[in-house]
Amino acid sequence: MSHQASYGATARVGWLEWLPWLAALAIFLALPEYMPLGARILVYILFALSLDLILGYAGIITLGHTAFFGLGAYVAGILGAKLGVSDPLLQLAAAAAAAALLGAATGAVILRTKGLTLLMLTLAITTILLEIANKATDLTGGADGLSGIVVSPILGLFRFDMFGKTAYLYCLLALFASWWIVRRIVYSPFGASLAGIRENVTRSHAIGAPAYARLVAVYTISATMAGCAGALLTQTNQFVGLNVLSFEFAGELLVMLVLGGVGRIYGAFVGPLVFMIAQDQLAKQFPEYWYFGIGLLLVVVVLFARGGLLGILDLAVARMRGVQR
Amino acid sequence: MEAFLSSVVSVVFHGTAYGMILYVISVGLSVTMGMMGFVNLAHGVFAMAGGYILIAAMGSFGVPYPLALALAFVLVAAGSVVLERLLYSRLYTAGELAQVLFTIGLIFIAIATARLLFGTMQLLVPLPDYLKGQFGLLGRDFPAFRVFLIAFSAVMVGALWFGVERTRWGAMVRAAVDNGPMARAIGINTKRLFTITFAMGSGLAGLGGALGAEILTVQPSYPFEHLVYFLIVVAVGGLGSLRGPFIAALLIGISDTACKYWLPQFGAFFIYVATIAILLWRPAGLFGRQA
Repeated sequence: MSHQASYGATARVGWLEWLPWLAALAIFLALPEYMPLGARILVYILFALSLDLILGYAGIITLGHTAFFGLGAYVAGILGAKLGVSDPLLQLAAAAAAAALLGAATGAVILRTKGLTLLMLTLAITTILLEIANKATDLTGGADGLSGIVVSPILGLFRFDMFGKTAYLYCLLALFASWWIVRRIVYSPFGASLAGIRENVTRSHAIGAPAYARLVAVYTISATMAGCAGALLTQTNQFVGLNVLSFEFAGELLVMLVLGGVGRIYGAFVGPLVFMIAQDQLAKQFPEYWYFGIGLLLVVVVLFARGGLLGILDLAVARMRGVQR
Repeated sequence: MEAFLSSVVSVVFHGTAYGMILYVISVGLSVTMGMMGFVNLAHGVFAMAGGYILIAAMGSFGVPYPLALALAFVLVAAGSVVLERLLYSRLYTAGELAQVLFTIGLIFIAIATARLLFGTMQLLVPLPDYLKGQFGLLGRDFPAFRVFLIAFSAVMVGALWFGVERTRWGAMVRAAVDNGPMARAIGINTKRLFTITFAMGSGLAGLGGALGAEILTVQPSYPFEHLVYFLIVVAVGGLGSLRGPFIAALLIGISDTACKYWLPQFGAFFIYVATIAILLWRPAGLFGRQA
C-alpha cells in the first residue's frame, strides 16, 4: 500500500507530496478568477483532513463533525460581528480554542461508548448546537444567518481583498500547517497506536495502550482543526449560515472524504477538490440530479471502490507494475 | 387549574399519537439493527415512501383511504425486499462505516427522487370525511383522526407483539437476535428470516409514514429531518427490543409535545439533552442488554 501513510512507512516528504502545494501556488498565479472557489476548496480539504484523522486513522465513526466546524465558524463570526474583535488571527485562535474545548469535553464523555450509541451521541450534540444557533437569534442571526462580520487585515498588513487572493493564501498557509501536523501524527508511534485501536481495541488494551486517552486526544486535535476550518470559512465568506451545522453538510463532508479515500491523508485532498469542482459546474444547473448523483456516488464507492479515487489509482499502479514485471 | 389540566390532557393525547407513530415507524429499525447489526440510517426513506404512496394513491388514482394505507405497507415492504436482496445484503459483514456511508447515499438518492417526482413542497393528506371532526370522550372533544391513529397503532402494536412473542416466526426472530450463529447452527435460515423481517419492518415504517403524514409532514427532506428521532427511539429504547422502543417513543412523543407547548423557545433542546443523559447512564439503551 504505497500511498497509505502510516507509522513504519518512510516518513520523509517525497517529491510527489510537494506536488499539491506547487499546484496550489500555480493556481494562485495562473487562475486569479478562481480564488474564491479555491479558498473554499482549501477550507473543505482542511475539514476533510481533520475528519480523516479520527475516521480513517482512529476509526471513530461520527455524524457530528460539523459541530466543531460550525462552532468555529460561529465563534469567529460572533467575535467579528457582535463583539468587535476583528483581528483574523485572534478570531482563528478563539475558534480553535472553543472547538478544542468542545472536542475534549464531548470526546471525554462520548468516546466511552461505541457503535450506534456513539453515532447517536455525535448526532445529538450537533443537533443541540444547531438548535442553539437557530434559537439564539441575537447572537447568531438564526435562520437568516450571521452577516456584517468585520475582519481586519492579517497582522495589520494584508487586507482581505474582494478577489479573494489574501483569503486563498491565508487558507493555504493554514492548510499547510495542519497537513504538517497530521503527517507528524500519522507517522508517529501515537498514530500507530490509533491504527491499533481502530483495528482491535481489545488487543490495544492487552498491549497496554491507553485506548480511551488516545482517542480523546486525537478527537480533540481533530476538533481543533475542524474549528479552524470553520473560522477560515467565516473569514473568507464574511457570513455564517445555519447550514454549517446541518446533517446534510456532515453527509457531504463524508462524501468528499470517501470519494478521495479514507485513511490516507491525500484522500482528503483529492475528494474535496473533485467534489467542489463538480459541484461548481453541475449543482446550479441540475440541483436534483446533483443530489441524486452524490448519493449514487456514495453507494457505488461503498460497493465497488472502498478505497476511493486514490484506492483506484493504487490498484491501477499496482496492475501496471505487475504487467511490467 | 382547569385550564392547566385540560392542556395537560391535550399534551398527553397529542404526544401519545405522535409517540405511537414514531414507534410504528421505528420498531422495524430496532429489530433489524438488533438482528443483523446493520446500521440503517435510511430507515426514514421507507416512512417517507409510505407517505408519498398514500398521497399519490389517494390524490391521483382516487384510492380510498384504508386501501391506500394497505398499499403503503405492501409496496414499501416489496420495495425493501428488492433493496435488501440487491444491496443491503452485500454489506452485512462490511463494517459500520460502509453501512453508514451506504445508507446516507440512499438517503441522498431518495431525497432527490422525491423532489423530482413530487416537488419540494410539503403535501397534505386528503382525509376521508369519517375521520374528520371531533370525537367525544369523557366529556372532552378530541380530534377524531388522532383518536383513530392511537387506536389503529395500538392494534398494530398488539398484533406485532403477539407475532413476535407467540408465533413460530417470532421465536425464530428472537433466537436470531439473541445469537445469530447459534440460530443458524440449529437450522434456522437466518438469511431468509432476515429478508422477511426487514420487509415487515420497512412495511411498518411505510405504514407509519402514511398514517403519520399529518404529524411528520411529508416532504423531500423527511429522511434527514426525522432521522434523529427514529435513531433516538431505537438507541434509547435498546436494540433488538420491542418494549424498549415503545416506551422510548411514547416518552419522546409526549415530552417533545410538552416542550413545544410550554417552552417553544427551547425547541427540541431538552429531548437531545435527555437522550445524551440516558445514553451515558445506560449506553445500550433503557431496555437493551448492557454490554
